[in-house]
Amino acid sequence: MDQTPINLLEIKDLKKTFSISGGLFSRRLTLTALENINFTIRQGETLGIVGESGCGKSTLGRCILQLLAPDEGQVLWLGQDLTRLPAEEMRQRRADLQIIFQDPLASLNPRMTVGEIIADPLRTLRPELNKDERRARVLKTMEAVGLLPEMINRYPHEFSGGQAQRIGIARALITEPKLIVCDEPVSALDVSIQAQILNLLAELKDEFGLTLIFISHNLSVVRHVSDRILVLYLGRIVELATGDEIYEDPKHPYTRALLTAVPIPDPRLARQRNIDALKGEIPSPINPPSGCTFRTRCRFAKPFCAETRPPLERIEDGRLVACHRWREIEVPVEAVLGV
Amino acid sequence: MAGITGKDAVLSEYARKLETLDAPKGRSLTQDAIRRLARNKAAVLSIFVVGFIILFAFVGPYFLPWTYDKIDWSGIRKPPNFEAGHFAGTDQNGRDMLARIMQGTQMSLIVAGVATLVSVFIGVCYGAIAGYFGGKVDAVMMRFVDIMYALPYILFVIILVVIFGRNPVLLFVGIGCLEWLTMARIVRGQTMSIKEREFVEAAKAGGAKPWTIIFRHIVPNLTGPVVIYATLTVPEIILTESFLSYLGLGVQEPQTSLGTLISFGAPVAETLPWMLIGPAVVLVSLLLCLTYIGDGLRDALDPKDR
Repeated sequence: MDQTPINLLEIKDLKKTFSISGGLFSRRLTLTALENINFTIRQGETLGIVGESGCGKSTLGRCILQLLAPDEGQVLWLGQDLTRLPAEEMRQRRADLQIIFQDPLASLNPRMTVGEIIADPLRTLRPELNKDERRARVLKTMEAVGLLPEMINRYPHEFSGGQAQRIGIARALITEPKLIVCDEPVSALDVSIQAQILNLLAELKDEFGLTLIFISHNLSVVRHVSDRILVLYLGRIVELATGDEIYEDPKHPYTRALLTAVPIPDPRLARQRNIDALKGEIPSPINPPSGCTFRTRCRFAKPFCAETRPPLERIEDGRLVACHRWREIEVPVEAVLGV
Repeated sequence: MAGITGKDAVLSEYARKLETLDAPKGRSLTQDAIRRLARNKAAVLSIFVVGFIILFAFVGPYFLPWTYDKIDWSGIRKPPNFEAGHFAGTDQNGRDMLARIMQGTQMSLIVAGVATLVSVFIGVCYGAIAGYFGGKVDAVMMRFVDIMYALPYILFVIILVVIFGRNPVLLFVGIGCLEWLTMARIVRGQTMSIKEREFVEAAKAGGAKPWTIIFRHIVPNLTGPVVIYATLTVPEIILTESFLSYLGLGVQEPQTSLGTLISFGAPVAETLPWMLIGPAVVLVSLLLCLTYIGDGLRDALDPKDR
């Protein structure tokens, strides 16, 4: 099994904008949610996507699944461009690409029983199955995600957040997908339940040979599950590297700042740590800063950062960084992580 | 293998249970709502009263010696007379008032029922489609509703009556076809908020077609506002029908409705009070009870997310 893993998904020059109407007499504003997004996902890997609120993480996930139509660029699924696929073919393809949502209860229809919710994708994507076959699959999937079979006739409001998220996972799994986009699947859960759900996802990934896109704002969660991590800032990729590289040697000042924001559960270490907290708010994506979009909050910004946008450079062994000054910035890892 | 602890027995019992799958039923939101409604005394009482009025209107006539259109030549404009079988007196034409009240209530209930169903059906479909597809579809559909709103509905009813004659069924459908406008607006607003919920996105990710999403995922979640508004539409339609009958556009003699009866009773209220009191009591209690039921349902189905 040492053949190079195939590229399951390839994103090319993806761009997504939203237009905001400012009322009858003011002109329409354009919000650029994603721009210049290029990356590939290999079969069987877990790609973490991190960034602050509003940086376009969830939009990216939805563009991949064609729940939102990107403005430009391609989403190549095994070489086939999903953005140009006719609606009917795309519907069929959805069996391969599924999603798990952030708010477990909001993602379940309150008027349907658990069995109906989990079976719902089967009804549309596998119409050849009869009622008993559907039920058998639902039970099998419920077992796989750790739900008791006698819960099948219950309604979502009778479940806790963790159980509801298991239902959401079961619904995503039932079509036997190849790729699952996990959109902040644990951020609405208790810390103790988070670990359970993360372990469940890891187990399911091995069992069903899944490829995961794991979206989160929590770096420690992402590190726990991801092979590679993509850091987004204002809708642009600022860094893409393996989890270890990101943690031990972050190249981009934004990644660095994010890492220092991760709380350390040891007060003594925390005190010694060189806090490099981000100053100020994330700029408005309607009117982003010129040049490097991060320069307004960057400790290392120089006047020329405002002039040109830094390209996404490929540096050693496939890492990508978008910063003019990454070579000059000395990053003492110990100082950053406090270890 | 026989276990020492008896755990095997428990487990095999559990396994057998799983095979037959007697999974306990969960409590659905509707069951929850019914339970809450049952705790509301005013609403429960109102349901009984409305039930009684329905029985009174549809079963009552079989127990009366007189029918609503039979003339008693010996008893014209007479107050209640138990020996002759006129329990609520007679009108100017010598027809039994109780029989006429029953028939009138029947007519008003049928009008209300049919018109409400028509308005719910059209309003829900129209509003859900406009709300779900949004954009241009929504703009065009809702502007049409605005235009309909701006036109006086009496004009429509008169046109309908002129074209199709005075057919009561048609009139009911006509009223329903005008009543749906508000329902469509309410449903559209609700749909627009529901379609942003994650479970709709999940359905999309599960490959559901737009129509499936609308009718399997959105419409069932509209139950609360639709049921509440429908119960409030019923009295409105009864009043509309009374008004139209008063103008002479409603049901035709010898058939009658509560509105017609009241319109005949009102001018003679001083000399023949029984002609007004009977139908007025039924109409008022019906409207009052329906309003209480609507209120109770609103509390029971309160759209707070559970």
